Amino acid sequence: MSIVIVDYHKGNLLSVERGLVGAGADVVVTDKADVIRAADAVVLPGVGAFADAAASMEEMGQMEAVRAAVAGGAPFLGICLGMHLMFEAGTEHAPADGPLPRGLGFIEGVVDAMPRTDAAGLAYKVPHVGWNSVEFSEPNSLFDGIAPGEFFYFTHSFVAPPSVATIAETVHSVTFPCAVQVPGRPVFGVQFHPEKSSDAGARLLANFATIARAARAGSAHADKVAENPVASKE
Amino acid sequence: MKGVNFVGLRDAGDPIELARAYDEQKADEVIFLDITATSDDRATTVELASHASAELHLPYCVGGGFRSVADIRKMIAAGADKVSVNSAAVANPQLITDAARAFGTQAILCAIDAKAVPGNPNKWEVYVAGGRKNTHIDAIEWAREATRRGAGEILLTSMDRDGSRDGFDCHLTRSVARAVDIPVIASGGVGKLEHFAEGIIEGEADAVLAASVFHFGELTVRQVKESMRAAGIPVRL
Repeated sequence: MSIVIVDYHKGNLLSVERGLVGAGADVVVTDKADVIRAADAVVLPGVGAFADAAASMEEMGQMEAVRAAVAGGAPFLGICLGMHLMFEAGTEHAPADGPLPRGLGFIEGVVDAMPRTDAAGLAYKVPHVGWNSVEFSEPNSLFDGIAPGEFFYFTHSFVAPPSVATIAETVHSVTFPCAVQVPGRPVFGVQFHPEKSSDAGARLLANFATIARAARAGSAHADKVAENPVASKE
Repeated sequence: MKGVNFVGLRDAGDPIELARAYDEQKADEVIFLDITATSDDRATTVELASHASAELHLPYCVGGGFRSVADIRKMIAAGADKVSVNSAAVANPQLITDAARAFGTQAILCAIDAKAVPGNPNKWEVYVAGGRKNTHIDAIEWAREATRRGAGEILLTSMDRDGSRDGFDCHLTRSVARAVDIPVIASGGVGKLEHFAEGIIEGEADAVLAASVFHFGELTVRQVKESMRAAGIPVRL
């Protein structure tokens, strides 16, 4: 079982790679669409801006490859901008005219700039930089062994819209989704950087590696059943 | 609940070893500053950034002598989460604009060394070249311009307080923090525990930085964070 980190040529992926290796995973960093398509699990890291990253991914055929891997059952984790890219579209660095840059479309909605004031009109600093607490009420395998309220490291100026996919929230100027999961599927995104979030971050990456291994074991079992159609008929 | 950041800094010796200790003590971020005095040492800095990204599980920033987007690119490629620019940005403010466009606002920290103007309690001027040269540029105006150009954070050092152990210049810090809508890190002057909370509460800083009190083992990050929590400031412990 190996986890494929998608390299869309916008920055350094060493920390994410180290984090997953530290979590006991075999890791492959690649920009190649065919490798991504065949991945056991996919991690989409967050570097750069939505429009540039989306364009770069489209150009290298990665957008379609990630969709194919996920459609085939591969667990997925998007980090920061990687989580933003799970949505339909984003406004970051979008051209002034013409349609918004498209994301992977796993979750409905548009990623937009974080408001600089709260509901009461109080001013907040954006980018939202630093350690902030992650709140959730429903247990989730991604947060196994992590208590609600744990601190993670954030650095971002854009936020994902609330949706049925929200599994955890954080408060800055607004309450925003800091973790998402496509309902019923091992397809996750986190706004914070687990690879920069000390022990709690390491635990989250280990949880994702566990989810990826379990999914792989499940699909290996399914393959075996499919390979022996006669036996399954009996 | 927003956690207030706590930043450590190292300017000599074995930076990675110290940074690892601060990581274990739950520092929220580490800034490596002035680790290269000359361009000949730049390769060493790149090596340090790469080493740090393997060893540290917290965000870190590298500052020191970047003059171009190409210089910064090398550091980001080596794994630095952020770079800090100072003298070169004052000489060529376009550097902030170009670097923010290339690497994102969150990756560009603008370091400002400010000193009070004698006889004018509400004016500070920007110093460069390690604090040796007065540019006569108004520090608050420069903070505003850096923000407009895409700096993601300001690391504000009071030259009057640096090394004094009298605490942060809260008047300066508050004046800058209120003038810009990006986070401000207060630096310069910490001598005792209470100073950290003062920087946040009176200085209205978003984060506080200290160096020597940690390097010389006078305080631990944990002690500092506990005292900040006792003062009602949310921190990660």
